Amino acid sequence: MNGGADLGGMMGFGPIVPEENEPNFHADWEARVMGMVVALGAAGQWNLDQSRFARESLPPAEYISDSYYEIWLKAATKLMLERGMITEGELANGHAITDPVPVKRTLWSTDVPSALAKGGPVDRPAETQPAFAPGDRVHTINIHPDSHTRLPRYARDKLGVIERVHGHHVFPDTNARGEGEQPTWLYKVSFEACTLWGERAAPGDKVTLDLWEPYLKGLK
Amino acid sequence: MHDHADHSHMTDIEARVRALETVLTEKGYIDPEAVDAIIQTYETEIGPRNGAHVVAKAWSDPAFRSWLEKDATAAIHSLGFMSRQGEHMQAVFNGPGQHHLVVCTLCSCYPWSVLGLPPVWYKSPPFRSRAVIDPGGVLADFGLTLPDGTAITVHDSTAEMRYLVIPERPKGTEGWSEGELAKLVNRDSMIGTALADAP
Repeated sequence: MNGGADLGGMMGFGPIVPEENEPNFHADWEARVMGMVVALGAAGQWNLDQSRFARESLPPAEYISDSYYEIWLKAATKLMLERGMITEGELANGHAITDPVPVKRTLWSTDVPSALAKGGPVDRPAETQPAFAPGDRVHTINIHPDSHTRLPRYARDKLGVIERVHGHHVFPDTNARGEGEQPTWLYKVSFEACTLWGERAAPGDKVTLDLWEPYLKGLK
Repeated sequence: MHDHADHSHMTDIEARVRALETVLTEKGYIDPEAVDAIIQTYETEIGPRNGAHVVAKAWSDPAFRSWLEKDATAAIHSLGFMSRQGEHMQAVFNGPGQHHLVVCTLCSCYPWSVLGLPPVWYKSPPFRSRAVIDPGGVLADFGLTLPDGTAITVHDSTAEMRYLVIPERPKGTEGWSEGELAKLVNRDSMIGTALADAP
């Protein structure tokens, strides 16, 4: 969606201010939110793309001004409320009132090392051949869905070149809508910076994006 | 900050997070000790030292470097760095006239398995908005000026592929061991906002 998260090429945010010896967390609550959100993944009530959509569909003014873990907190809360896992009353009271909904599993502390090591690979077996090969010229499609996509606004309707075939990966657009993983080919696509940004770009500069086959059309 | 009579020492967000954790624990959705263990892992085990190990090995072992070029996922996993946000990896190599910079304009994709959790600036609108359209200006914010004629390739992480920049090996390090070399590899040099340290 064209939400607050799609930031590539926006202007006016000012300089980047790195922090010397930055800690992983700036407050205990940030650490708890990170740990809780990772742990909640095991419950299997949403997938990665649904959780990304929950974050990016926050109102743009909130998305841009909230701190990072505040966005995580709001999105996780929204996902759990939507699924009836928790209620507004429980959040206000700070205690459980209703029975829990059945979840896939609870991540226990003893399982943390193996769960983190396993991660969540998204490559899936392929029954088709990739439509494109390195060196092929492609044209990105022009879409503006209300739902989730990983084709950023600045790279729509642009000419690029296939640089690499990454593999056969879960397609975020359908996965976020609950329409299944519908895995498809994923490519690294290279764009001349001047194709994206015009004369302001330095000659020779490039931007690469990892784009799924449905985002691309071939050129003769 | 709001002051509440019953927990005036807590900010509003601290109170919200605490309430949520209590509810989730009481409902059996999470184990607070698992949350502790996750936090502890990223505070003590998974961080940029992992990536520095990969880079130092790439600098000193040509066979490993070429494996990294062909299949970074397998090469990096062979060193034991195979956790969340590092399931699918690609390494990109700086060299004379070519510099690489990694960003995620859509969220905060970052190779946790080799760099740990990302810094605030990486996740912030100033970096995410500008890295793709003005990479030279971004590098200038970090105090990095590249030699004239250096082309910059910006890798916008739009899929689950995670990028690790292999900076150029600093001059004057001939004969150094992997362990010594790894000390010259700072986190930002593996994102592309810095170079490796000079010896």
